[in-house]
Amino acid sequence: MGTVSNNKENNNINSGREGVRGWLNPTRYGWERVSYWLQRLTGLFLLVYFVGHVYETSSITNGIDAWNSMLELTQTIGGHIFLILVIGTSTFHTVNGIRLIFTESGKGLGKPGRPDYPYNPSSLNYIQKSGIWVALLLACIAMLYGGMVLFGEGG
Amino acid sequence: MSNEDNKKVILKVYRTNYNKDDSPHYDKFEVPVKRWTTVLDALLHVKSYSDSSVGIRYSCRMASCGSCGMKINGRPSLACYTKISELKDDVVVCEPLPNFPRIRDLVSDFSQFFSHHKNMKPFIQNDKVSLDIDDKHDLVEFEQTHEDVDRYLQFSYCIRCGLCYSACPTVATDPKFPGPQALSQAYRYEADSRDDSKKTRFNIIDERHGIWRCHFAGSCSVVCPKGVDPALGIQLLKGHMLGLSKNNKKLSNLRTKNKE
Ligand code: SF4
Ligand code: FES
Repeated sequence: MGTVSNNKENNNINSGREGVRGWLNPTRYGWERVSYWLQRLTGLFLLVYFVGHVYETSSITNGIDAWNSMLELTQTIGGHIFLILVIGTSTFHTVNGIRLIFTESGKGLGKPGRPDYPYNPSSLNYIQKSGIWVALLLACIAMLYGGMVLFGEGG
Repeated sequence: MSNEDNKKVILKVYRTNYNKDDSPHYDKFEVPVKRWTTVLDALLHVKSYSDSSVGIRYSCRMASCGSCGMKINGRPSLACYTKISELKDDVVVCEPLPNFPRIRDLVSDFSQFFSHHKNMKPFIQNDKVSLDIDDKHDLVEFEQTHEDVDRYLQFSYCIRCGLCYSACPTVATDPKFPGPQALSQAYRYEADSRDDSKKTRFNIIDERHGIWRCHFAGSCSVVCPKGVDPALGIQLLKGHMLGLSKNNKKLSNLRTKNKE
């Protein structure tokens, strides 16, 4: 019935390797893939925050005025939103990270056995999924609380 | 005739021939389907009645040989094991497996995948038994209980279809990473009471591009059509390597002739 579209050739196509594109869509493979994706994203975000944080606090070496003007940056709406994101990402990264320490040492995954149709993998069990949901929930609660403190009275 | 008997779907097939420098494109085919029609049935229909040049690889048609893996509607699947009625879509998109070099149309090159598997030395190694046996009378048997077998059985169901390798986000960026199939085979032998070569395999996978690159995205276990659950094997293996969990295996005894 004929050709419907042409793709531009690129190096990745012939090698078939997905590259970072493989990370971009976390929705096709369940919660564990979403967790993998979020753990990376939050990790990268926190790394950027860490560098910024070192830069911010080092401003004190330039005297109290430099420090105060740096602090004022965090008192803007944008600064508040950024800090709320820091609270959310650090909570998720920590809680999910603790789950992963256990998971990656083989804990809470079930035991090998005789697989039967429909072959539900024991490693993708509800202990693991609940761990991810709890991490997401705690991150939301922490962000909500942070938002209330930052945008509330005197914030 | 019921509506179901007249149902048709559009099969959108990725086409290219890298030997001829063809630029990739998709061809669309209309195919009649029944409730039980698999994607492989539909592709074979295309080959018989529309375009015999569509390149596919298949053999057993029953999820046993592992050769018909492809990306179906965005997810690595076996064409012979995927019923079109279960996809609940009127358009079925067939593409070659991601993370494998492409040869033609839906056929990809498995050499690198197989070489990762081979690197794991996927055979029983035991100091008590020589690997070079010329005389069949020198063949030996090991004693194993049902519990011994249960520790590795699911991992031995692997048909090397490559779906897990294709779904893995680490494989997507690191060609040297052995991938879920090879690593779960390393665990399969680590858990087998007939095998005593734990050190050799640990040395192979305990390196920069080795097992520690796995961060439990779990996608391998989602797509595995045989219930192997490679993610489980890999995490258990990490636990053993870190000394955080014990491998309770007791090496098997050789079954002696007079015991038979
Ligand atoms: S582990 Fe499963 S998905 Fe991976 S190659 Fe083996 S059978 Fe296929
Ligand atoms: S044809 Fe053998 S696994 Fe599909």
